[in-house]
Amino acid sequence: MPDATIQDTPSQDAAYNYGYLDEQTKRMIRRAILKAVAVPGYQVPFGGREMPLPYGWGTGGIQVTAAIIGREDTLKVIDQGADDTTNAVSIRRFFARVAQVATTTHTKEATIIQTRHRVPETPLTDGQILVFQVPIPEPLRMLEPRETETRTLHALSEYGVMQVSLYESIARHGRIAKTYNYPVMVNGRYIMSPSPIPKFDNPKLDRSPALQLYGAGREKRIYAVPPHTPVNSLDFDDHPFEVETWTESCELCGSTESFLDEMIVDDTGKRLFVCSDTDYCESRR
Amino acid sequence: MSTTLLAPGFADPSHDAQRLFRGVLDAFSHPGRIVELPDAPAGPGTLSPAASAFLLTFADRETPLWLEAGVDRQEVRDFLRFHAGTPLVQAREAATFAVIIGGGGEPFAGFAIGTDTYPDRAATLVIEVPALDGGPITTWRGPGVDGEVQVAIDGLGDGFWPAWTANHALFPCGVDLVFASGSRLIALPRSVAVEA
Repeated sequence: MPDATIQDTPSQDAAYNYGYLDEQTKRMIRRAILKAVAVPGYQVPFGGREMPLPYGWGTGGIQVTAAIIGREDTLKVIDQGADDTTNAVSIRRFFARVAQVATTTHTKEATIIQTRHRVPETPLTDGQILVFQVPIPEPLRMLEPRETETRTLHALSEYGVMQVSLYESIARHGRIAKTYNYPVMVNGRYIMSPSPIPKFDNPKLDRSPALQLYGAGREKRIYAVPPHTPVNSLDFDDHPFEVETWTESCELCGSTESFLDEMIVDDTGKRLFVCSDTDYCESRR
Repeated sequence: MSTTLLAPGFADPSHDAQRLFRGVLDAFSHPGRIVELPDAPAGPGTLSPAASAFLLTFADRETPLWLEAGVDRQEVRDFLRFHAGTPLVQAREAATFAVIIGGGGEPFAGFAIGTDTYPDRAATLVIEVPALDGGPITTWRGPGVDGEVQVAIDGLGDGFWPAWTANHALFPCGVDLVFASGSRLIALPRSVAVEA
């Protein structure tokens, strides 16, 4: 487990501009972010750059973070809720090196939280920014492969195809079987992919006091949900949206409210459940 | 030959731009909130520090800029061309950014509002006002606002809020606004409804 507060010695690598990206690129991304905030849920195209990590490892999120981060910030990075996984550690070290920024594992201390596939259990506050790493920003992509078509569907707010896919899931499985990357309606206008967070986290997006920024590096899209903005998970009157529940509690902290990971601990199939959010879990022990 | 002195830009370009961007981002995320920009450059006389800060933070050679006649002075043009490299344009529809004084007449007419498929291709207008408070009270509701917020921007033209209502009705298209006064600003994205 990482130290409570990690202070990777912040000495900036002089070979790089502050925040790794050049100023022109940062301005371009900042302009895209403003438009993304002005049109909540709409995917703004941006000139995504090559980053020193492969697509799928957070190139979109890292570019958004690079464009917003400053020396006064405290950065937290999580991967599936954990601060101590490879992706999280690498990105945290990257910004400590190129942006001279303090880092932390405590959700409450962070001003910027870059995340892959989770929203922290600790409620976020006004002034915090949550940066999501997004693999496929287009929520309709699996239903309609053509970008020109999905763009038109968003323009016309023509989302019947998504409702039909949820209906088909009910017809086949008796319930909406989608458990992650569960589509949401932002401010009653745009259907948005919340990135592959478990649907357990969807309610945390709704009217959050924190600003949510989403960056997709391969697809070169940025979108946003401003604070206090309604974010509704799609459902039907007779099949309302529900989140996962567990009959077990966390083996380490006893939480019955957090998102639990199932672990196989020996070769006889013994299983236990632990919190996915390591900071939340540690603060309760 | 003109001997006017060029107004200074950012003392520390990378970090000043970053702090000012976060100020503007805070304003866009919380429409109606008055955001102080302590790092704003003094700017060239006729352009407020907040407007100068906004333009140096966001404008560059990729973003054509339109200036209203009252702002379009030699020292302003020199300031923006030298520090931001911004092309200045005569046609409103070509502008990514614009600076307007007071917002009288038809303040948004002619500016790019984006398209249904690309609503992001819309202009952002900086409106210079005498004060961000003490004017007629308006009520703002929408994304970024917790319930509703009261804003009392001073010095706007009579037709301004009806024009905004028409702009808001275009959502997701429409222009976005920044009200600048001194070194403070308020943002009004197109998603926000205003009751005057």
